[in-house]
Amino acid sequence: MVAAPVLFAAIAMLQVRIDAQTRSAAQQKEELVLSSGPMLQKISLGYDSLLADIYWTRAVQYYGGKLHDLSRDYSLLPGLLDITTTLDPHLLVAYRFGAIFLSEPPPGGAGRVDLAIKLEERGIKANPDAWDLDANRGFLYYWHLKDYAKASAAYLDAAKNPKAPTMMRMMAARITERGGDLDTSMAIWAQYFTSSKDPRVLKTARDHIEGLQALKDERAIDALSQQYYASFGKYPTSTKELRDAGMLNGIPLDPTGLPYIIGSDGKSGLDPTSSVIVEIPPKLPNEK
Amino acid sequence: MTIPAIEIEGLTKDYATGFWRKRMRRSLDNLTLLVEEGEVFGFLGPNGAGKTTTIKLLMGLIFPTAGTARIRGQSIEDVRMHREIGFLPEQPYFYDYLTARELLDYYARFFGYSTGERRERVNRFLEQVGLASAGDTQLRKFSKGMLQRAGIAQAILHDPQVIFLDEPMSGLDPVGRREVRDIILALKQQGRTVFFSTHILSDAEMLCDRVAVLVGGKLRGVGAPGDIVSMEIQGMEILFEASHAEALPRSFAGRATQIGGRFRIEVPEAELYDSLERLRGCGARILSVTPIRPTLEDYFFGLVDHGKTDRLPEEVTVR
Amino acid sequence: MSSMASPAAGSAIGRPVAGAIPGVVAVNTFREAVRDRILYNLIFFALVMMGAAILVGQISIGIERLVIINLGLSAISIFGLIMAIFIGVSLVSKEIEKRTLYSLLSKPIRRWEFLLGRYTGLLLTLVVNTSLMTVGLAGALLYVSRHFERGDASILLAVYFILLQLALVTAIALFFSCFSTPVLSTLYTIGIYVAGVFANDIHAIGQFTRNPAMEAVTRVIYYLLPNFHNFNIIAVASHGEAVPFSLIWQNTIYAALYVAVVLIAAAAAFSRRNLK
Repeated sequence: MVAAPVLFAAIAMLQVRIDAQTRSAAQQKEELVLSSGPMLQKISLGYDSLLADIYWTRAVQYYGGKLHDLSRDYSLLPGLLDITTTLDPHLLVAYRFGAIFLSEPPPGGAGRVDLAIKLEERGIKANPDAWDLDANRGFLYYWHLKDYAKASAAYLDAAKNPKAPTMMRMMAARITERGGDLDTSMAIWAQYFTSSKDPRVLKTARDHIEGLQALKDERAIDALSQQYYASFGKYPTSTKELRDAGMLNGIPLDPTGLPYIIGSDGKSGLDPTSSVIVEIPPKLPNEK
Repeated sequence: MTIPAIEIEGLTKDYATGFWRKRMRRSLDNLTLLVEEGEVFGFLGPNGAGKTTTIKLLMGLIFPTAGTARIRGQSIEDVRMHREIGFLPEQPYFYDYLTARELLDYYARFFGYSTGERRERVNRFLEQVGLASAGDTQLRKFSKGMLQRAGIAQAILHDPQVIFLDEPMSGLDPVGRREVRDIILALKQQGRTVFFSTHILSDAEMLCDRVAVLVGGKLRGVGAPGDIVSMEIQGMEILFEASHAEALPRSFAGRATQIGGRFRIEVPEAELYDSLERLRGCGARILSVTPIRPTLEDYFFGLVDHGKTDRLPEEVTVR
Repeated sequence: MSSMASPAAGSAIGRPVAGAIPGVVAVNTFREAVRDRILYNLIFFALVMMGAAILVGQISIGIERLVIINLGLSAISIFGLIMAIFIGVSLVSKEIEKRTLYSLLSKPIRRWEFLLGRYTGLLLTLVVNTSLMTVGLAGALLYVSRHFERGDASILLAVYFILLQLALVTAIALFFSCFSTPVLSTLYTIGIYVAGVFANDIHAIGQFTRNPAMEAVTRVIYYLLPNFHNFNIIAVASHGEAVPFSLIWQNTIYAALYVAVVLIAAAAAFSRRNLK
């Protein structure tokens, strides 16, 4: 009678040991055992939309796990989203998710802009009414590929749908006129802010907007810094001096509320403890 | 001229056997038989003789290789004929998730009774077979005897004219057998025809007007029970007690079998009184004297040995 | 000298009205299923649905309704198929095995009436089961989203199509039950179901080979097999899309005709069978 629980305890301890040994081995190899969407569709025997939901859940958990580990390897994400949308071509959330998180560079995403664009194209084909997928394409061309002609064209495609808001047409025009402009970029990210309910997307959009805002602020401060140098022959050491000189109304704060610093070369920067990530400025067509 | 209850002509049944279903086994060979209305008819034979096969053919559970049969003038192929027959299968099994009342009610629905009439019948027949108190118990809880009684009830609740019972006494205790016998007699009183199969001769002797004997698929004889099996006494059995074997007359000693303090010996009928005198003379105490009658097996073995079929009266009238 | 019972009024041969006999068998078949405790899967299903509804909300943002409908309809379909096959293959063989058929067939009942009754009884069981599960699905949907949407009507249509499928599968299972053992019947029925799901692909393969003989063979097979793909609108229902009316009546007639053919075949197979 007493032997049974003792034996079971021993078995459990042994299992823990075995698990510890196999865990490191398993971490090396991650695979999609079945990677063909059409084949999975056949195997599902007509329950493909349910299987799509299962793969969608897998994709989301996969992304969440990688993000949590700050991993740079999102290699399975394109395959998972591909299978999901093959099984259920009308699963719009998957396309929307893929637009952002396939294109974002690691560790925020898979860094595969090409695959993201392909995904949106497939999404439009299966769901001609989903104008926001065209808008996503526009975003991808604009932000990641800096191809302002294609970006504008994509937003125009979105605008063709009578359900699309007028902002689509406005965005198309704006990109044509002032592609690469910081305000335009912020507007593009702001569009996600107003249209998505996915908290991950919202966070990503907010991070980018803050980064762009910081960039904008830094450029403004740099310009003032040059003026100061022209006036006083030396660079200011902090924004306080700019304010005292009457060039600023107050102390400019970054989007998280910390004041900007000015380096010895007169270039402004973020407070070292700030969590904002300044965007690398997109090149304007006429910039060197 | 009344219509016979059961007319069977040349009924034959072959089964394909063997792995490739090529060999034919003839389980019923050219049976021709007539049963008059109102008879209690016994269908005798050893196990595997074809009795159940015959009944299954009549019920339409299996189909004949050759031959025909009619019950009260209606062909066995006609399902309407079933209105007039009742059937109790061997070792009956009924839907065990139903109660006895539900079972009878279910079967009664096939006969088109009104709801009230159906209910009245179910109650009446439950009572008639002694299951009134167990009417609402599920059949899976029934003993074998109770199942048999339920089976009889379902066979007769629609007042059929001809009732078929396949080995109705099998597996019953003496009380149960007595009850079945009483029911058969009651049915006869009502003028119904009862056709039952059995391998127990004494039951047939007691109940039947006529019997038919089936061996190896072939009809070996038809007639009143007494005519079929010779009632000739083969001998007498004497049971007695003796203090010790040495006291017995020498001619007996070798032939007697001993169980404990008792002895058993068989003597020819003619020598009965003589043997009794001699036993008493030795101081043995006589326990019982019983005539030895041939058993059905003896009869069948006798058939095989001596080919006695020509001796038996055949009462079949072929139309 | 005999005391015959008087036949019921209005039926000179002592049988109920025409068509009532299958109904008698059907009701008993339904009762058998209920008492067999198989229907207790309903409770299990309800619990699974409720649990899934709660879990789902935490995993899939924005598509809770979609997942619940997919999960619910798929479960209704699978549970229904399991019941249809596993009860269906023993509809006849169980009665033969247990020899309850001996006493039943001695009554004035034709063999095809018995078959029709068994089929209808199981179908009735499936309809009741499916309806209750649909109510469970509706409950889970309400729990998650607190209201119904216009597109949800497609769910009812999806359930109706599932029932048509079940009617087909039951008929096929019954057919095999007439002459085969439960194990083999199960395999055959599942085999035909799977082949029916892939019917379109079989047809496509034939066309793909460009071999006239293959094409002809696969085309014949395609038309012989029950095409279950026609009936699958789970994805349509979960996305709240509309279903064309023509599909509804076409599927209904297809199912009715196919079932009729299979039942006639079953009756033919069974009517001259020698029972052991």
